[in-house]
Amino acid sequence: MRRVLLTVLAAALALAGCGAEASGGGKVTVFAAASLTESFTRLGAEFEAAHPGTAVTFNFGSSATLAQQIVQGAPADVFAAASPATMRTVTDASLAGAPVTFARNKLEIAVPAGNPAKVRTPADLAAPGVKVALCAEQVPCGVAAAQALKAAGVRVTPVTLEQDVKATLTKVRLGEVDAALVYRTDVLAAAGEVRGIPFPEADRAVNDYPIAVLDDAPAGDLAKQFVQLVRSPQGKDVLAEAGFEAP
Amino acid sequence: MTTTSRSGSARGGGRVVAGRLPWVLVVPALLGLAFLVLPLAGLLIRAPWPTLLQRLSEPQILEALRLSVVTATIATAVCLLLGVPLAWLLARVDLPGKRVVRALVTVPLVLPPVVGGVALLLVLGRRGLVGQWLESAFGVTLPFTTAGVVIAEAFVAMPFLVISVEGALRAADQRYEEAAATLGASRWTVFRRVTLPLVAPGIVAGAVLCWARALGEFGATITFAGNFPGTTRTMPLAVYLALETEPEAAIVLSLVLLAVSVVILASLRDRWVNAA
Repeated sequence: MRRVLLTVLAAALALAGCGAEASGGGKVTVFAAASLTESFTRLGAEFEAAHPGTAVTFNFGSSATLAQQIVQGAPADVFAAASPATMRTVTDASLAGAPVTFARNKLEIAVPAGNPAKVRTPADLAAPGVKVALCAEQVPCGVAAAQALKAAGVRVTPVTLEQDVKATLTKVRLGEVDAALVYRTDVLAAAGEVRGIPFPEADRAVNDYPIAVLDDAPAGDLAKQFVQLVRSPQGKDVLAEAGFEAP
Repeated sequence: MTTTSRSGSARGGGRVVAGRLPWVLVVPALLGLAFLVLPLAGLLIRAPWPTLLQRLSEPQILEALRLSVVTATIATAVCLLLGVPLAWLLARVDLPGKRVVRALVTVPLVLPPVVGGVALLLVLGRRGLVGQWLESAFGVTLPFTTAGVVIAEAFVAMPFLVISVEGALRAADQRYEEAAATLGASRWTVFRRVTLPLVAPGIVAGAVLCWARALGEFGATITFAGNFPGTTRTMPLAVYLALETEPEAAIVLSLVLLAVSVVILASLRDRWVNAA
């Protein structure tokens, strides 16, 4: 019995030792809006290539969730949100200084390949029998969707209110809904499976994406360098390719 | 602490050997207890008590609670209807490849519920293997409906029922069943008149566990059934959404969920303890 305990203890210590060693290199932890998944993953790889030995890890999710996690003490270095309101949760808690807007994003109607419900305009979303997925109003894409639909003068009864834009997109990808309002960037990311339909009222609900280095960022300067990369011409190219607009 | 653990064990299975409690067991036991209880204490301490009543009277909360209780109860009924016979099959019938079947039954236990939800979509969704047929033949679509919530909950909760009922069946004295059979009872009669009453406490225990799991179900529900107030937004989904903007509201919702399950589990405690 005692020997077993000792072995377990030794193994645990060895593992702990390994962990400490591995975190010796540079490490940047980026909390980013779900809609940034593709572009930031690419930028992360470019950052790692430019800074050998460093590792960029991402936590993608709804900006509102990420903001709450940061306020609750999650160890983030950089926060990139899909709306100024969610960024404010973090700046209000005095956890980050002046955020800067680095990109803008616009909604499109996403329909599954083949467009089974023949959706062409926002008004079609209100037609009976058309199943629509929207983001919940607690998250940025939901706020934007509500604004855009209001601007279009359409009252839509969705079948589901998803907790982030990627979850909304998934419902279209799987063909479970006939249409959804997601960002242009998400439509591009799912090209082939999903078709995007731009609509003019989307201009009334454009999301600004702010980014900020957290005051207590464990990565320090590395975090600032990552933000610089995002705002550099190189970063702008990646973002533009993903479908973002320059601020 | 010492006295409560003594009396607890005395209830379960007779007097224990006297003597000093071995610290090797007591210390980890207390640590384990603290590990389980402290997070709950955190919820209670951080709860917005002054505004609690006002928040509780919000219609969305009652709506989500009602939906949760109703769907978890129906899901448990479905699990009983299908799970008890399945447990009987596993415990009493010589099936080829029974080990594999038993392993398959427990898959939902280890499968991340979100993956379970995706799997359900792939089978029962509009374009799913069975789902597209359901839609074309009957015009029925399950995702985004309350029925979808029940299916997601039953999928993740049924293994709990099957495992505990199967355990009870294996522990039950089979001589009663054999006696009934030699007196000419058919297998169905034996099951109905002898087996079922014999393992009733095990079935109740399994059903309670199953109900509790269904009540807390989140991942499969949000993936398969979506999230819409009144039809598919159960308490766990409401908690998750509230966390986005109003952590205090999320705490209130969790407390309600906690209170409901504690009351129900406590009211069934005697049977629960006997069966375990």
